[in-house]
Amino acid sequence: MNKMNNLESETKKHVIDLLGKGMRLDGRKPLEYRKPLKVSYGVSVNAEGSARVQIGETVVFAGVKLAIEQPYPDTPDEGLLMVGAELLPLANPKFEMGPPSIEAIELARVVDRGIRESGFIDMKKLCIEPGEKAWSVMIDICPINDAGNLFDASALAAFAALKNAVFPAVVDGKIDYGTKTNKKLPLTDANPVSVTVFKIGDYFIVDPTTEEEELYDARLTVASMGDGRLCALQKGGDVALSADEISRMVNIGIQYGKELRKLVVK
Amino acid sequence: MVFKRPDGRAYDEIRPIKAEVGVVGRADGSAMFQIGKTVAYAAVYGPRSLYPKFLQNPKKGLLRCYYTMLPFSSKGERVKPGPSRRSAEIGLVTEKALTPAIDLTRYPNAVIDVFIELPQTDAGTRCAGITAAAMALADAGIVMYDLVSSVAVGYVNGNLIADLIYDEEAYPGEVADIPTAYMPRYDRFSLLQMDGRISSDQLKKALELAKKVCLKIYDVQKKALKRKYQKYKLMEHMEG
Repeated sequence: MNKMNNLESETKKHVIDLLGKGMRLDGRKPLEYRKPLKVSYGVSVNAEGSARVQIGETVVFAGVKLAIEQPYPDTPDEGLLMVGAELLPLANPKFEMGPPSIEAIELARVVDRGIRESGFIDMKKLCIEPGEKAWSVMIDICPINDAGNLFDASALAAFAALKNAVFPAVVDGKIDYGTKTNKKLPLTDANPVSVTVFKIGDYFIVDPTTEEEELYDARLTVASMGDGRLCALQKGGDVALSADEISRMVNIGIQYGKELRKLVVK
Repeated sequence: MVFKRPDGRAYDEIRPIKAEVGVVGRADGSAMFQIGKTVAYAAVYGPRSLYPKFLQNPKKGLLRCYYTMLPFSSKGERVKPGPSRRSAEIGLVTEKALTPAIDLTRYPNAVIDVFIELPQTDAGTRCAGITAAAMALADAGIVMYDLVSSVAVGYVNGNLIADLIYDEEAYPGEVADIPTAYMPRYDRFSLLQMDGRISSDQLKKALELAKKVCLKIYDVQKKALKRKYQKYKLMEHMEG
């Protein structure tokens, strides 16, 4: 083992020792989100909806753009949904210019599934003319400062931006982006949010800092709905989990999801 | 022909401006600059090691600038993420606009990366980006000769105006758009582009106006930097 690895394992040992005493490097309890924890709106007046989420020093912008497109052949009476994430090199010295990294793709897909599978958007109501025309909802996630926990911040920002979105005016079948209506998107009360639970040693934490993200063993992103049911899961990390651990992580995810949801749905 | 500006501004009047330094915690330096509805964030990483190694220059460092409009930033359709010919060129002219203000000989073999992102736009994006980037470089402690203040000036139907908005750039008539960047201490322009049709005399007048309005932006840039560092000075004073 080289020096660097030794140093890393020393840090990890220290973090685990602290967790044994119910503490973390930044003084938080294991299951505690950083502050400020807040959602605001109006990142872009040119978006159909937008939101800014701040968790501690982490800042994520999300924006919704709408377009009219042809539905997919297998769902001719439904609208379309796309979620993209750009890990901007502005937000973290480790992010690089270029095509989306695997981390960006995973982030976008996990957020996408949370929204899609919850049925939060009533896709049928986005259909304008079956097989011909439907609204396409495009959500883009852009971290502005990555100080850890992009998963939860991004899912929350996407959720808030959808809540914030209104349809633009349509003139002769064409969108007039400059004119907004007061018509909201057809949303259900599924209200999906994600909480990612990290396992370090034998301990569980939420809302990791960048430092903690570098030494975790396993993570589980738990997307849950307002009724307490799950709508998406994603396990990550190199260590396997027992059914009992999974069940405890899921419960933490659902419980803290309620708190995050309250930031958007009062 | 008399031209009435869509937002009611006087010809030489720029939109309301706002500047803030230190908006991206991870970065070595950062700033936000807003002019009307156009918002630019700039983050500086560096000086840091430059790879691949053959790019390293033992005589001076390298400044690299990247410009991106966020997908939901534009007035019309979604902007496809990823590189475009337009953003590549703006990155290039941004580099050229900022390089004269920096003493790159202080940073042999190193690179200074500047990332500019626009969450919301209404024309004048490259100028807002350059203005934000100059503050971010100063915030990063990069050795500079001067700040760079940037604004577009132009002609609509022969009328000289400052800080064009989208509706003016797209005005159905004779339009010339002239993005400029200016270093007030040295009285030099480091960015000059133009599209449209004007006489050399009109250009001369346009540059005079650019200087005048850049000084206003310069003032706001300096104030934003002082606001951030004033508090450290106060702390020092109290401790000392």
